[in-house]
Amino acid sequence: MLRLLRRRLLQGVPLILGVIVMNFLLIQAAPGSFLDVMSAESQVSDPALLEQLRITYGMDQPVWLQLLKYIWSVARLDFGFSYRQNMAVLDVIMASLPATLVLMLASLAIALLLGVAAGVVAAVKVNTVWDNLLSFLAVLFFAAPSFWLGIMLTVLFAVKLGWVPVGGMMSITATNEGTLATVLDVLHHLALPAMALGLFYAAVYARVMRATMLEVLSLDFIRTARAKGLGRWRVVLAHGLRNALLPIVTLFGLQFGTVLGGSIVVETVFSWPGLGSLMLDSVSSRNYPVVLGVLVFSSIVVILVNIAVDLAYLRLDPRIRAR
Amino acid sequence: MSGLEVRGLSVALFTRAGVLPALSGVSLRVPPGRTLALVGESGCGKSMTALAIMRLLPEPPARIVAGQVMLDGVDLAALPERRMLAVRGKAVSMIFQDPMSSLNPVATVGEQIVEVLRRHEGLGGRAARQRAVELLELVGIPDAAARLDEYPHRLSGGMCQRVMIAIAIACRPALLVADEPTTALDVTVQAQILELLQRLQAETGMALLLITHDLGVVAEMADEVAVMYAGRIVEQGPVDAVFDAPLHPYTRGLIGATPSGGTAGRHARLADIPGSVPGLAELPAGCAFAPRCPLAFGACGAQPALLAQAPGHVVACFAAEGVPADAAAAGA
Repeated sequence: MLRLLRRRLLQGVPLILGVIVMNFLLIQAAPGSFLDVMSAESQVSDPALLEQLRITYGMDQPVWLQLLKYIWSVARLDFGFSYRQNMAVLDVIMASLPATLVLMLASLAIALLLGVAAGVVAAVKVNTVWDNLLSFLAVLFFAAPSFWLGIMLTVLFAVKLGWVPVGGMMSITATNEGTLATVLDVLHHLALPAMALGLFYAAVYARVMRATMLEVLSLDFIRTARAKGLGRWRVVLAHGLRNALLPIVTLFGLQFGTVLGGSIVVETVFSWPGLGSLMLDSVSSRNYPVVLGVLVFSSIVVILVNIAVDLAYLRLDPRIRAR
Repeated sequence: MSGLEVRGLSVALFTRAGVLPALSGVSLRVPPGRTLALVGESGCGKSMTALAIMRLLPEPPARIVAGQVMLDGVDLAALPERRMLAVRGKAVSMIFQDPMSSLNPVATVGEQIVEVLRRHEGLGGRAARQRAVELLELVGIPDAAARLDEYPHRLSGGMCQRVMIAIAIACRPALLVADEPTTALDVTVQAQILELLQRLQAETGMALLLITHDLGVVAEMADEVAVMYAGRIVEQGPVDAVFDAPLHPYTRGLIGATPSGGTAGRHARLADIPGSVPGLAELPAGCAFAPRCPLAFGACGAQPALLAQAPGHVVACFAAEGVPADAAAAGA
């Protein structure tokens, strides 16, 4: 177990290096720099001052040297400086991270719970009305773009019914009313964006779960479990589900990255103050240290999650443990 | 009577192509402590009979449409599923052909044994574990306590089948259904497993319904044998009587197609039965074996009844009717 962990962590290093180099070069290739935005916003046109700023931010140096310097600073967990927030990039990321984490975890919880449950029910009730209904919903949510779904959910639940707020993460007054009230207020705000982001993945999990479960339920050991006199749901949950969960775990690891990416759209739709909003804002203000920082930071998170998934595999499947 | 008595069991497959008769009027008796072997080619309905007795038929499409499965005075075929759950694994157990895939790959051997003890005996915790160790010792697994925490992929096929047997006998069933229990195993292991089944039967007095296509296993294990063809029993009787004087042309064909172990038969060509088992959708109107039968004549266009030709020896064949046993044997 520890050996696997060490090997995976070591494999992650060149991966992160690759991510840094690729993103760094892509951003270098993009037109414009934050100096343009900065000078336009503050009406500065003095060439000497601009030259001074270029030197301050190291942009007078050759690209390869900038890249090496960046890699070296990332290795020391220094992601650079954001002129806009006037803070270290890492601090800017850390300030936005909790909001995104809350949103992601809520979406993934919705996706896992709804998706797995729907897939299991569809497989057990295969070719019935339930199966057809769940499969229809799965295709619907799979096909619906999350920004569209987000807007539709907003129109229905926030505008027409008024059950939940249209956007934001908490009410302005919430912090004055104690911890519990704050938590409830955040959950209240969280419901729609978490659904908008989670339903798509719930649909994916439901499809995969249904297919895997159908396959597992046709295996010999399921018949053995039934021959023991176990009830139908006990057979499905105790013997079927544990075997059918493996592909879901893989999918979870693979999708963690896309959920992070997907949250950019959803955070924007619901003005959720997380990494996604930060990313969009930084792109439009050419705040490249932050853009690069978010990209590298999320890559590291995705790699770590996938290592965790590998370790989870060991727990779930004794046949892998043996190897 | 006690033990298993199947009366007129019929199972139909309800498919889009129509209702197909998978089993037609199957009747069997297995008294306590005795062994009945069910033999026949693949697809003749042996496993279907076993699954029907266990009420584990794949429903849909299969369904019991007629008959009774009496076990110690209770008709299992008529029990609601909820009550059948209390019977399965307790009064009736089953072991299967492929022991490696019959055990859950992600649960330990111990978990899988304890599960049935908890379900039917209400045992939990240390008591269940203790009983599981005893069961593994009973089925001849060395170092039983340590094996409890092993996963099935760490065990050989023979060991897996021993674990399956341990699970099956955990609640001292009145009937054990063994569906080709040794087919997937090495020959040397086969003998060990058969011996184990015989020993356990002698100790517990359970009835054993043994499904096999290996006539050698039948001769070794069974008291009675029932030969199935296309969903019907065509001949049934004491093993010695059926093997010495087979009455049905199909039984004769099966015995003729079995290689004998001795040197005398080494260079003899094995007889085969021409043709193959008809599909359920294209069963002929009368005797299903007639198209392949060397003795078929006009009467075979009707369905022959199972009639006793000798005490306890029944056959469903017009050609065999009224033929003395020795004459039939001579014709084989």
